[in-house]
Amino acid sequence: MSKPTPPLPRWADIVLLPMINLFTALFLCGLIVLAIGENPITALEVMINGAFVYKGALGYTLFYTTNFIFTGLAVATAFHARLFNIGAEGQAALGGLGATLVAFALSGLPSIFALPMALAGAALFGAFWGVVPGYLQAKRGSHIVITTIMFNFIAAALLVWLLAGPMLEPGQHSPQSSLLPEATWLTKIHEILAWFGIKVAATPLNTSFLLALLGCLIFWILIWRTRLGYEIRAIGQNQEAAHYSGINVTRVIIITMAISAAFAGLMAINQIQGVSHKLILGFTAGYGFTGIAVALMGRNHPIGICLAAILFGALVQGGTELDFEFQIITREMVLLIQGMIILFSGALAYMFNPPLARFLARFLRVRTKEKNYG
Amino acid sequence: MRWVQTHRIQDMFPALNLNNISKSFGLVQANKNIDLEVALGSIHGIIGENGAGKSTLMNIIYGMHRADTGEITIGGTKVDMRSPADAIQYGIGMVHQHFMLIPTFTVLENITLGSEGGLMLGEGRDKALKHLQHLSSSYGLEVDPHALVSDLNVGQRQRVEIIKALKGGAKVLILDEPTGVLTPQEADQLFEILKVLRDDGVSILLITHKLTEVMDITDTVSIMRQGEMVGHRKTSETSPQELAELMVGRAVLLEVDHTPAKPAEVRLSASGLGYTNQQGVVELENISFEVRSGEILGIAGVSGNGQTQLMEALAGMMPFSTGTVNILGKTLTAEDSITPRAIRDLGLGHIPEDRHTHGLILPFEARETMILGFHDTELAGSGKLFDYTAIQQNCADKMTHFDVRPSNPRLNAKNFSGGNQQKIVIAREFSANPGVLLVGQPTRGVDVGAIEFIHKQLLELRDAGCAILLVSVELDEVMSLSDRIMVLCDGQNIGIVAAEDADRQTLGLMMAGQKQETAA
Amino acid sequence: MADFLYQLLLSLDATLRIATPLILCAMAGIFTERSGIVDISLEGKLLSGAFVAATVAAFTGSAWLGLGCAILAGIIMSLIHGFACITHKGDQVVSGVAINILASGLTIVLGIALFQQGGKTPSLAKESRFTPMEWWGVEMLDSVPVLGVLYRQLISGHNLLVYLALLAVPLTAFVLYKTRFGLRVRAVGETPQAVDSAGISVSLLRYRALIVGGALCGMAGAYLSIAQGGNFVKEMSAGKGYIALAAVIFGNWKPLSAFFACLMFGFLEAATARLEGYEIFLIGEIPSQLMQAIPYILTVLLLAGFIGKPHPPAASGQPYHK
Repeated sequence: MSKPTPPLPRWADIVLLPMINLFTALFLCGLIVLAIGENPITALEVMINGAFVYKGALGYTLFYTTNFIFTGLAVATAFHARLFNIGAEGQAALGGLGATLVAFALSGLPSIFALPMALAGAALFGAFWGVVPGYLQAKRGSHIVITTIMFNFIAAALLVWLLAGPMLEPGQHSPQSSLLPEATWLTKIHEILAWFGIKVAATPLNTSFLLALLGCLIFWILIWRTRLGYEIRAIGQNQEAAHYSGINVTRVIIITMAISAAFAGLMAINQIQGVSHKLILGFTAGYGFTGIAVALMGRNHPIGICLAAILFGALVQGGTELDFEFQIITREMVLLIQGMIILFSGALAYMFNPPLARFLARFLRVRTKEKNYG
Repeated sequence: MRWVQTHRIQDMFPALNLNNISKSFGLVQANKNIDLEVALGSIHGIIGENGAGKSTLMNIIYGMHRADTGEITIGGTKVDMRSPADAIQYGIGMVHQHFMLIPTFTVLENITLGSEGGLMLGEGRDKALKHLQHLSSSYGLEVDPHALVSDLNVGQRQRVEIIKALKGGAKVLILDEPTGVLTPQEADQLFEILKVLRDDGVSILLITHKLTEVMDITDTVSIMRQGEMVGHRKTSETSPQELAELMVGRAVLLEVDHTPAKPAEVRLSASGLGYTNQQGVVELENISFEVRSGEILGIAGVSGNGQTQLMEALAGMMPFSTGTVNILGKTLTAEDSITPRAIRDLGLGHIPEDRHTHGLILPFEARETMILGFHDTELAGSGKLFDYTAIQQNCADKMTHFDVRPSNPRLNAKNFSGGNQQKIVIAREFSANPGVLLVGQPTRGVDVGAIEFIHKQLLELRDAGCAILLVSVELDEVMSLSDRIMVLCDGQNIGIVAAEDADRQTLGLMMAGQKQETAA
Repeated sequence: MADFLYQLLLSLDATLRIATPLILCAMAGIFTERSGIVDISLEGKLLSGAFVAATVAAFTGSAWLGLGCAILAGIIMSLIHGFACITHKGDQVVSGVAINILASGLTIVLGIALFQQGGKTPSLAKESRFTPMEWWGVEMLDSVPVLGVLYRQLISGHNLLVYLALLAVPLTAFVLYKTRFGLRVRAVGETPQAVDSAGISVSLLRYRALIVGGALCGMAGAYLSIAQGGNFVKEMSAGKGYIALAAVIFGNWKPLSAFFACLMFGFLEAATARLEGYEIFLIGEIPSQLMQAIPYILTVLLLAGFIGKPHPPAASGQPYHK
């Protein structure tokens, strides 16, 4: 208590501390695997093979990574304005709806026109689902955590209604729409590579992965190089000072939520325009919530977000492999890992800070002393 | 309880004794080797500038913070003060500078908290009520037990705090800057109560930075400067001059070289300005004044009498309800939708009263906080995107010109000292060359060297033709910088006097709401 | 008309059954939220309680042991929440999200490991569940018109946990407004500094509020899996924790109002099932999804200030720093 904590060196704060948190989470999951009578090392091996080594594994991993980059960027954008957007799940669902509706509306039009419009539809519908809670927060002070949670449920109900009724494909029983016009489909990466004579396994990885990477670049420029980004960060760090300085806080909060939710909405293009080519109930599969973990682990920076997204992509893809190899460990193991990571990289992010800082301070001091004498 | 039994024996010991107390927060040493002795049944003043470590010391005595080193002795017994619960048990009560009351609770509920008696509320509440009635009648601490705290005014809330502090039969009562929120009359009432308490054997520790208070009411006084105890005096054997010298650490109080103003055209004026908040409380009422180019209009008043609201309304941070404001030729009414942006675009600069809340973004680098409010001007680069070379250069230039130390544009704003943080705000706002400048508490929590610098800069800006409206809780500062002085009380303009006609006594009466013949 | 009344009665009966876990969770939420901790982890605690109750009951055959362990499970989840956001001052929302996801993952992983039924627990025999209790005199009153039906359907014939939930409401109100603990909980959610300066530990108080909340959530979980249902099914909490949270907000963080909100939300769900396929005069068929979304829509409207004014505890969501 009384001993002051020395400051943590920058490299330790950015690299070492997150790694310690991650390994603590993984270690605890390993203990649980051990407790249920399996070998955690074998499980890890299976997951790594499943995620990176087997034929096509990497493609699948990056396919999931795409989802997580989008939802991670969504959560991170809001975080920069100190807004907690738990609604990426619902915004992604609406994004899927937007892409589908636009695609159907533009059926018959050439790809060059229909495809980008469908993408925009996903972004706009997603944005709309974020703007409403944003507006309520900015104008009426409604707690955005709660409203975005509620909007997730409202979105889910809306999609159930649409897909079980008006949008249900005739003759279908499971809730899904009919096939989108082919002009709005995104090209698979393995097809593109094939044009250049590179043959890789067919995987669902599609051009939305490249769009996600582009999204990272746009995100970086937006947050650290534009006037709007400055305003977003100013509001996040000190809303009162932002108001004092003439920033229109209400407007920026709403815009931030629009951008955040648009990123979430874009997640849908990977699933719908990229792979399933139709709107399927529950296609968001919790990726929106994982976005929280991705943003927290990635420290709201695009590079961190990419790395965290790859980690989670690998977990999901490797997790499916667990189903085949084990009797009693299944892909749901990933949920457990994810929960642990959010706990340790998010809620307990600074638990190891004081001991680590003290340790490093002592270690570094010892080293300098040695240098002095040696 | 222990206290009561051994009370007699302990009469020969001082009520409170501190020995070699030190406390650091991170790299800041807030208290250094503090010794202090408070006699039984006396009023002991602790005086020092803002940031001298007085509040930290009191929080240590009250168990809110734990000292790194040192001993606390109460009535001759060495104690281990780990929490306020210990302090309360040892008979220490504290009235905090920021009241520790729960606004949604009644007075009685607030007093019951912490001494409920049993698991159920009934008994403890009855006891608290009895206690409250007892204190009300014996010390004139009158307050309605069933009123909601949120409905009470500041003076009444303070009474609740005192009752709370005394309820455990406290023998040592700590009051942290109790008069900052009171009018002179309310302060006098408070002092009467304190004297009665002292005569009843309660030892009182009065924390303040006001010399007059110390001279008026204390028996003994200790002086703190930069975390250290620099002297102990009997009040009857010292003088305000000596105390000031000890507080500041050098011979004389600051004397500003205040040359006569050369007022020109009116640049800022208000007429019939009023503001009623959402709860229906009138915070500003019918305020009219004008400030000319090349003069400083100072605002004097007990804090909380509308100064903050007036500044924020003029800056566009808060709406007003009635009247008009004219800034550099542009007339604004309550119906106009006024934003800080619009006001700034008219050519108004604003040094806010609280730099941590408004003036700076503490986690930002200095260079980024140096363009706060100017991030859409060419200071951030001429293109669409931020140009960090330009931003860095801008910051470095201003740091040199305004002597900000360390002059490192990449350092986070939170890592500068109070004085240098204030200089960052001043550098930013002054450099925009404002036609009108609002200045709130320019030297609060700023070290002496920086105070002189800031005062000099303000006068230079005035002489360059700026119209300056100045608010400060330090009456001395208002008196030494202003050309004319407006006094606010209860959100009303009590009057405006020329600085050369103003003395402490006149201003004091006006601050209490007595209208004088208006001059100037 | 008589048929309509009978249908209404059945709906009310179903309302009570649906509302029971909501009520217990809402009371839990009131304790934690009033102490200044945002509690979106009601869902996870509920789910953990359900899983542990069914698992323990399956192994021991005892519903009581199931209930006891469910309460313990709820408390443990609460303590994790407290460790993160009280002891380490972590973000309460992040911690809540973590607990919800952790609960989803853990219950499935452990469920599969223990029973190998894809995340389900085995169906419980009648003896290891809380079954409906028929009250004294039901037979006798049967002959009395109206009253007899009311007594049999609405008052009697529920399981123990339903009655416990109903009891939890006045008990919560009593504790909150009439006891020392309640006074302190309300105080610490508004102005923790005041509590600290009164010599009361803010952390300990918040931990205790969390423990009470965890226990109530555990009970709610036991209700789902060993009273209303006869086993645990993965994700069986199905958002009920969030609806309970909505009820807390809708009830303005007050026990009685939150109770009525739970009943209203329960009634909406009960009515949805009954209205399916019915045409309502002038309106036509109401989509059941709309009915399901109403609690969420209402909560948003309330938070937006369109229905009354929300008064959340002032210190909600902020870790306490001295």
